Parts: sequence; structure tokens; C-alpha cells
Amino acid sequence: MSSLRATTSQTVGPFFHLGLDGLLREDLTAPGVSGERVEIEGRVIDGDGKGVPDALVEIWQANAQGKYSHAEDTQEKTLEEGFLGYGRVVTDENGRFQFVTIKPGAVPGPEGRRQAPHLAVSVFARGLLKRLVTRMYFPGEPANAQDYLMSLVDAARRHTLVARKGEGRGQLIWNVVLQGPEETVFFEI
Amino acid sequence: MAEKTIPTGRLAGYRRAQPGTQPPYLHPPYVSSIKRAPQQPLVVLPHTLTEVTGPQFSEKDVNANAFDLTRQHPGEPLGERVIVSGRVIDEDGRPQRHTLVEIWQANAAGRYLHKADQHDAPLDPNFTGCGHALTDGEGRYRFVTIRPGAYPWRNHTNAWRPAHIHFSVFGPAFATRLVTQMYFPGDPLIPVDPIFNCTADEAARNRLISTFDWATTIPERALGFRFDVVLAGREATPFEDSLKGKGR
Repeated sequence: MSSLRATTSQTVGPFFHLGLDGLLREDLTAPGVSGERVEIEGRVIDGDGKGVPDALVEIWQANAQGKYSHAEDTQEKTLEEGFLGYGRVVTDENGRFQFVTIKPGAVPGPEGRRQAPHLAVSVFARGLLKRLVTRMYFPGEPANAQDYLMSLVDAARRHTLVARKGEGRGQLIWNVVLQGPEETVFFEI
Repeated sequence: MAEKTIPTGRLAGYRRAQPGTQPPYLHPPYVSSIKRAPQQPLVVLPHTLTEVTGPQFSEKDVNANAFDLTRQHPGEPLGERVIVSGRVIDEDGRPQRHTLVEIWQANAAGRYLHKADQHDAPLDPNFTGCGHALTDGEGRYRFVTIRPGAYPWRNHTNAWRPAHIHFSVFGPAFATRLVTQMYFPGDPLIPVDPIFNCTADEAARNRLISTFDWATTIPERALGFRFDVVLAGREATPFEDSLKGKGR
């Protein structure tokens, strides 16, 4: 029925900071936002095991109640002023990125099942002709085992979607590995 | 463990790309893709509430003057002034209202204001090369800028990128996020550019080339180029139904 086709994607190239730094959001929280505060750090790593110094990572997530700041989320849950659920960070010269947010609540999923708390993640970089789509789940979360999307992934690779605990309280570590034995699970959206 | 059934509403997902109209991750002529393209098969992601929602921005997130890249400094930038305008629509032609469009580009000499750009061409003190705007109630956007220059990029011997402007667009959902590049008609570098050529479908590639537009050309002032951005359209089928019986 449609006669139009979605515009073809092109790489962000190496100079995207020029256009996209204006909207960097490394801290998704604001004073008074409820929920468990987490600091997430990681690296984007290429097929040679080297950090990718020119990657952009975007995050989309629900608030602590499991509600998205979007008109199509019609759940009877409270939106919070100051929590959009959107983050944008860039990697440094070693491929490292970090952001601060709150752990989202569970959100509805397929078959009437709740989805385990997760962040939707887009990765853009020089060399990526279109974005990579992945998710980050939280460690020690019993709901992960029941998560519908997780169940679509080979059991041997599921761990790439789950952050691990860092040394400090609320610190999480999660790498995005573009190639190799530990390649992160990426999704076709 | 018993799962409590919760209502999710009947949400339609977004349409998947038509074969050939989007680039693969691995495109060896674009050398940087070789070590960065994933090698494992992708897992097809059902569109849940996570994917059919996405960040929405408003006037308070934007600078109302950021559409004009020629007025960000005391003087006028060097180069050929151009008006780049168009609409952001979906595959059914529906306007994408109040969505954020961000652009960035090289200056007229083919140099980006970026520390990683070592091309031996002059920077322009009157040109930064970035802008943004929200589309209006009919999905329209408009930028005033200068035509960027071609620049060398070392992908292969004597490699030059055709003149282009980078576009970043959000649309209504996480599923509709798009970053692309707009080219100028008649540029001899386009047919030999590995990045332009990464998409198999010729018609899809050619839609990245803007068209010269008399209607937006301003007499004695600037040439107009038109570039429409099309985002994924909405599925008619509610996703819960479409998933039935697929199991895992």
C-alpha cells in the first residue's frame, strides 16, 4: 500500500561530534527523579580488540515505574518531570563511554509478558553504514530469565546483553563488542 | 514463576526495510566497515513498547536560530549560499511533525571544524557547520547554509568524498531513528563513492541526491535544494497478533 521507501542509512562518519555534541546527555537523571541510580561504563571494541574512538551511543528507556515518556505509552503509571529516558554519549580515544541513569522498571512485552528492565541502545560510528541496535539488561535480575526477547537469543550469547557489576555501589560495566568471539548480540529492527 | 498478565494495548510495529534499500554492515570497498561490521547473524527484534516509543523533543530543546548556518558568527561564511529544505514523512507520506533534525557538514573548502580533520584546507572563522531544527506541523524543515566542498579521505588512492550534508532524524519511535547523508545533483564524485554505493538498490541510493529547486531558490541570494527524508512506516497489524504462534 505504501509507495515510498524509507531513506537509506549512511554512516555518521568520523566528524559527527560537530553536529551531534549539542544534544549529549551523559546523565539522564535530574534532581528528584525516583529509582535506583546506576553508573554505566564500557567500551566499544572493534574486530582487532581495539577501542573505537569515534562511536556515538544513544539510550532509550522507561522510568523507574516502567513508563516511557511518549504518548503511545498509555499505562496508568506516573511520568516524572525531568526524566525523558534519552541519553547520548560519545566514546573517548580508548573507545570508552559512560553514562548515569536510573534502572528502569519492567515494561509490557509480547504475549502479555513483562519485559525485564532494559535499555534500548543504538550505536553509530565511522565504519557503521547503519546504526547497530542492541539492549542492555541488568545483572542479578530474576526477570531476565523470563524475558521474551532474551529468549530469542542463543543461550550462549545472552550474557553479552547483560551488564556486570562494577566495584562501586551502583556501578555497572557493559561493553559493546562489534566482532569476535564475544561479539555483542545485535538486533534487526 | 507465575507471570502476571498485563495489558499492553494493541500496538502496531514499524515496517522492516525492503530488501536492498538499506546498506549491509559489511561493505569492503568502505574499508572502515571491515573491522566494525558484526559477523554474527542479527536477531530479529519484535517491536515492543520499547521500540514504538522514542525520545521526543520540543522547542525548549532547540535554538530557534540554529536552522541558519550562515549567521552563527559576526561575518558571512565563504562559499555558495544554499537553502536546503524538504519534509520528513513516513512511507505512507504522513508528515513527521515536530521531530528533531540535526545536520553537520564541511565548509566550502571541504574542511570540517573538527580536531580529527587534518585536510590541508582552510577553516572558515565564520562557519561552524552544524545546525538543527524541529520540523513544523506539516513535517517541513529548512536550513540556510553554504554548499560544502569535496574532501579527500584516504579510503583508497585519490579518494574524495562527494559534497554532502549529514542528517540525523528521530521520528516518532526508537524504530524510526535514522542517520543519513544528502548529496548534490550532478556531482561527478557520487558514482565512484564507496559510501554512496553501499546500498544495492539504485533507486534507493539515488534518493540521497537532493534536487535543485526553483521554488525555494531566493533571487539574488541563494540556490534551493530539496531533500525529503522518509522514515519507516507503521505496520497495520498489531504486533501481538503478528507474533502469535511464532513462539521462539
